[in-house]
Amino acid sequence: MTLASWKSGPVVQLGWTVSDELLCIQEDGSVLIYDLFGSFKRHFSMGQEVVQTQVLEAKVFHSPYGTGVAIVTGSSRFTLATNIDDLKLRRLPEVPGLQGKPSCWVVLTQDRQTKVLLSNGLDLYIVDNTSCTAVVPPGLSPQAGSVVHMSVSFSYKYLALFTDSGHLWTGTSNLFTCLSVCLPVCLCIYQPLYLSLCLTRCRRPKSQQPSVVLMWDRLLLVAGVCNDTIQFPLEDPCVLIGELDGVRIISSTNQELLQEVPLVCQDIFKIASMAPGALLLEAHREYEKLSQKADEYLREIKEQSMLGEAVKQCVEAAGHEYDTNTQKSLMRAASFGKCFLTDFSPDQFVSTCRELRVLNSVRESSVGLPLTHAQFKQMTVQVLIDRLVYRQFYPLAIEICRYLKIPDYQGVSRVLKHWASCKVQQKDLSDEAIARAVCVKVGDSPGVSYSDIAARAYECGRTELAIKLLDFEARSGEQVPLLLKMKRSQLALSKAVESGDTDLVYTVVSYLKNEMNRGDFFMTLRNQPVALSLYRQFCKLQEQETLKDLYNQDDDHQELANYYVTASYKEKRLESRLSLLQSAVDEYNKAKNEFAAKATEDEMRLLRFQRKLDDEKGAGLLGLSLQVGTGVVLVLKSLAEKEEWEELEKFSKSKKSPIGYLAFVEVCMKCNNKYEAKKYVSKVTPEQKVKAHLAVSDLEGAADAAIERRNEAEMGAVLSRCSASDRLVIDRLNRARAGAAKK
Amino acid sequence: MAAHLSYGRVNLNILREAARKELREFLDKCAGSKAIVWDEYLTGPFGLIAQYSLLKEHEVEKMFTLKSGRLPSADVKNIIFFVRPRLELMDIIAENVFSEDKHHSSRDFHILFVPRRSMLCEQRLKEQGVLGSFINIDEYILDLIPYDGDLLSMEYESAFRECYLENDQTSLYHTAKGLMTLQALYGTIPQIYGKGDCARHVANMMLRMKREFAGTQNQILPVFDTLLLLDRNVDLLTPLATQLTYEGLIDEIYGINNGYVKLPPEKFAQKKQGEASKDLPTEPKKLQLNSAEELYAEIRDKNFNAVGAALSKKAKIISAAFEERHNAKTVGEIKQFVSQLPHMQAARTPCFPTLLKNEIQSLSNNSRQYPVSPVSASEAFFDNLTVEQEFMTGVDTDKVNTYIEDCIAQKDPLIKILRLVCMQSVCNNGLKQKVLDYYKREILQTYGYEHILTLNNLEKGGLLKPQTSSRNNYPTIRKTLKLWMEDANEQNPNDISYVYSGYAPLSIRLTQVLARPGWRSIEEVLKMLPGPHFEERQQLPSGLHKKRQQGENRTTLVFFLGGVTYAEIAALRFLSQMEDSGMEYIIATTKLVNGTTWIKSLMDRPESQTP
Repeated sequence: MTLASWKSGPVVQLGWTVSDELLCIQEDGSVLIYDLFGSFKRHFSMGQEVVQTQVLEAKVFHSPYGTGVAIVTGSSRFTLATNIDDLKLRRLPEVPGLQGKPSCWVVLTQDRQTKVLLSNGLDLYIVDNTSCTAVVPPGLSPQAGSVVHMSVSFSYKYLALFTDSGHLWTGTSNLFTCLSVCLPVCLCIYQPLYLSLCLTRCRRPKSQQPSVVLMWDRLLLVAGVCNDTIQFPLEDPCVLIGELDGVRIISSTNQELLQEVPLVCQDIFKIASMAPGALLLEAHREYEKLSQKADEYLREIKEQSMLGEAVKQCVEAAGHEYDTNTQKSLMRAASFGKCFLTDFSPDQFVSTCRELRVLNSVRESSVGLPLTHAQFKQMTVQVLIDRLVYRQFYPLAIEICRYLKIPDYQGVSRVLKHWASCKVQQKDLSDEAIARAVCVKVGDSPGVSYSDIAARAYECGRTELAIKLLDFEARSGEQVPLLLKMKRSQLALSKAVESGDTDLVYTVVSYLKNEMNRGDFFMTLRNQPVALSLYRQFCKLQEQETLKDLYNQDDDHQELANYYVTASYKEKRLESRLSLLQSAVDEYNKAKNEFAAKATEDEMRLLRFQRKLDDEKGAGLLGLSLQVGTGVVLVLKSLAEKEEWEELEKFSKSKKSPIGYLAFVEVCMKCNNKYEAKKYVSKVTPEQKVKAHLAVSDLEGAADAAIERRNEAEMGAVLSRCSASDRLVIDRLNRARAGAAKK
Repeated sequence: MAAHLSYGRVNLNILREAARKELREFLDKCAGSKAIVWDEYLTGPFGLIAQYSLLKEHEVEKMFTLKSGRLPSADVKNIIFFVRPRLELMDIIAENVFSEDKHHSSRDFHILFVPRRSMLCEQRLKEQGVLGSFINIDEYILDLIPYDGDLLSMEYESAFRECYLENDQTSLYHTAKGLMTLQALYGTIPQIYGKGDCARHVANMMLRMKREFAGTQNQILPVFDTLLLLDRNVDLLTPLATQLTYEGLIDEIYGINNGYVKLPPEKFAQKKQGEASKDLPTEPKKLQLNSAEELYAEIRDKNFNAVGAALSKKAKIISAAFEERHNAKTVGEIKQFVSQLPHMQAARTPCFPTLLKNEIQSLSNNSRQYPVSPVSASEAFFDNLTVEQEFMTGVDTDKVNTYIEDCIAQKDPLIKILRLVCMQSVCNNGLKQKVLDYYKREILQTYGYEHILTLNNLEKGGLLKPQTSSRNNYPTIRKTLKLWMEDANEQNPNDISYVYSGYAPLSIRLTQVLARPGWRSIEEVLKMLPGPHFEERQQLPSGLHKKRQQGENRTTLVFFLGGVTYAEIAALRFLSQMEDSGMEYIIATTKLVNGTTWIKSLMDRPESQTP
């Protein structure tokens, strides 16, 4: 631990947070936070007005929300902060008649509300967010005098009040129920120095009742609800701290824990106890002495069918014991008893063994966490590991994680993360050395975020180290925000690309776009093809003009030409459309895409021609495509639909049809004019003969053509169209097929 | 409701349930009555996860489609936008929110991004000044949506286009994330194989994500043994060909969307014969197609030539069973008969069997060897098929094809032309410059100059390309991988080639060879196909190594990056069912496609402003 000379203002109160930080509450209302090693972490203030009025008294308290601070100021007002990590100051209402500080006060947490209970003269008040209420504890007569000491239990369930007339009131902290009022020391003229509540068990097991520990100068007194008292003389001046299951007594040289002996330990170790656990312990002792009495004891337990219970008792008692030898003998006895049971779940035995080993190791004076078993259970392994980590007992923490087989993610990795965050703050080591050390230790332990460690390094002003550490980060995505923060935008971009998360790439790109000038921005993108294509996509939807610039920069003539083509369709006026198409032609030429250039030129010519036609005849042709073949089909269709058969015939004779004559046949058949259709059957090419004949349902003609062409497939096709009535045709075809087959 | 998802080798219902749970949790976050404003694109995929009833249970009272302007009035406490993270949608949302404030002030706004939150979009909302109006901004990670007991799709329509045309790998990132989700539910997949650049990219991302998430994965015995990632551009040929399985054909003719087919009302006309014609449905009827329908499951993957026989056989069995009621004498017998009734009723519902009945009949009556036929629709169909098969077998692929010429002259649908031309190009490893230019000129002159952009896209995507100096390697690939089987048996198939009546899909051959004898045997061919091929192993925590029972099949997840066709799925199902294959396949893809939808996604059509 570190000793340092105090340079700040006068401190009113010291306290610890749930995460083992030291709170120093100063007179002017500022609260300084230090870690366990005395290095300053941060500070906050309990409000501006406190600077003038000063803090008279302060208390640090713990609730499910975290660590809180309460102060009473020179103007007799209370201010609360329920969680110092999420600081929200609450000024409580004024307390009537209060001058200066109250004679005593405590902070209570009830029903998710934090309140202050205070005593002023003969009155007791409860102050919450909105009101200040006078209260009278039931059963405490007004003659008892004013309350001079009060204490609340660890769980905020019970309350003890001590009056100047020596009365001790114990009850629930909501002041609804009184459990006892007593005069523990009749001749009590001095006020006790400390008053502390701890829980003890009454005669009825499992129902816990509070008892109060009072301390005078050299006397410690335990007062139970049943008016019994126990006195202990004290040698040194001490301090009392109420805990979950006992009272810790700290003197200048040592610390002790005053606790009610757990019931199970009482049962086993009570003189002449006949509890199954006690018998089992005895049996085992005899067994080790190789005495046959072991058997007698065992029989006795077994006769009552209490062996399971006996084992359970031994295991449980072992958990509560502090002396390792006692633990061992109890566990051995349990293990011995277990041998005689067939289906007994070993879970509790195993877990207790493990927990005891962990507890014993943290109870070592070199570690200094003298936890009881109940406290350990309450705080959970996770918190214990945190506590070890705060104390920088990294190797022990890792050992425990591995021993208890805690998943890496919650165990070893967490320790390593903390170690690394601490490591990066070592000023005497070079960036290189730290980065290497971190990498060697952490490796790729799952769940350790290098970016978190790097962020820590960056906070300490070690940017270079941060960048080195980020290199180890497997999740590229995680690196990006920090890199942007450190203004390493190029690196951020490449990491974003690496992550494959296109949204992240977009994010960096849009960041860069705002940060850089256009030229640099384009250059940056050029080195990152993936980012560039994503940006192009973005521009396609959002910024058409930029898209053009991008293509221009890359000399991508092909895309540029396509861009102009697309753009041309958005133009309403022919002239602008033509000029865009001309640009497209130029670009296609530059891209050496002769075909596209030619096609575009043709399109321009067509547009001009159609415009001319439009102007002359108003035909509305603009934008239609023209082709000879299509033209013919269109003409055929329209003539047939209008049933202008003569025209159709003329048309067929005008010049050789570019699409052949089968189309004529089909068009006529579509309009159900077989007569006209037949006119064209003779004109079709030999390959289409069969098809044409079939189209006009001329089976014989089709058969002739197929036989003439000696085409078996076509013969088959004709056959498939024949019905039973076409006997003749079928015979002919079959003969022809047979003939063909012979050859 | 989604029982069909759990019948397969891998219970995909787990995935669906996980997705539903997450949806419920989000809805409960917004306490009180709700209205959902939908990005219309999402409604289809969402329908496979949750029906309206689930939404209703969580106080969703109204649903709107996202469009600009004012939101329709609804007396609800919460307005939730379900959107894809797209900037243009953000602008619409901003407009909605702005016009809203003036009229009601007490409604809470929320956004649910599907499948992922986007900083870019949130930034845009911030710029528009509405980001603060949202109480919850959340993401709903819906990457892989279960379609059937063995089928997952991301329904990411533009994946192929983005990856190969625009170098935008967003879809691949989602793919990798989706596979991580899958692994979280079904265990780490120990082996990863892949072919193609995108496959490599996805595998890299997966491996990195695994490192990132290390230690947080829960310990699950792996369900999948192998993952195979296949780039669509490794096999451009298959989707261009006309699918000849029953389901594939339904998709080709009517289009299947999100597991539903929309049928024109006249399809149901015959059913109501004798009734007044005004009773006929006027709206297209929607039918769900999946393995929940037993009969459909039986015939969906058959070649269309085999469907008729299968149906009539089935019909006989059912009517025989139905006739048995006359023989049922004892009470027990009658009871047994009655218990079978629902099953028979289902099979007798006319929807599935009669779907495509006419088409199939006319098609299978005219066997494909006879190109001449009276019915013009089926004639065109068979002519088209003949040309496709010529290309696939490598007949005259280096010349201008007269059939394509005729089709252009008759102005057949452009997509049909593009499918054929691209197919010829792919089967010839590129077309001679002269041939290519001829086709392109014909297309531009007939269908309009604006298609120059589409042609350009097809070239960029490698579907259409000039032949470079290297020789045509397609015949080698075809021979080595046995892509053409002369004697394909359509009725009782013994090879996957039945799904295209002779052509065995390249992608599926690769899958088949990988399982046995392994890719090492086809190294040469793999080198001819684009992109790297690779194998990665993912370490399993000790204790999770599967102890395989004798004769237990291995499970492979085949992921098609850029789309998969129903025929390919049928081929994989066929492989799963083959007794000696020893492998079961689960199929995943970015999108279920057919040649038409695929080509459509690659088209660019500028809207002309000319009056």
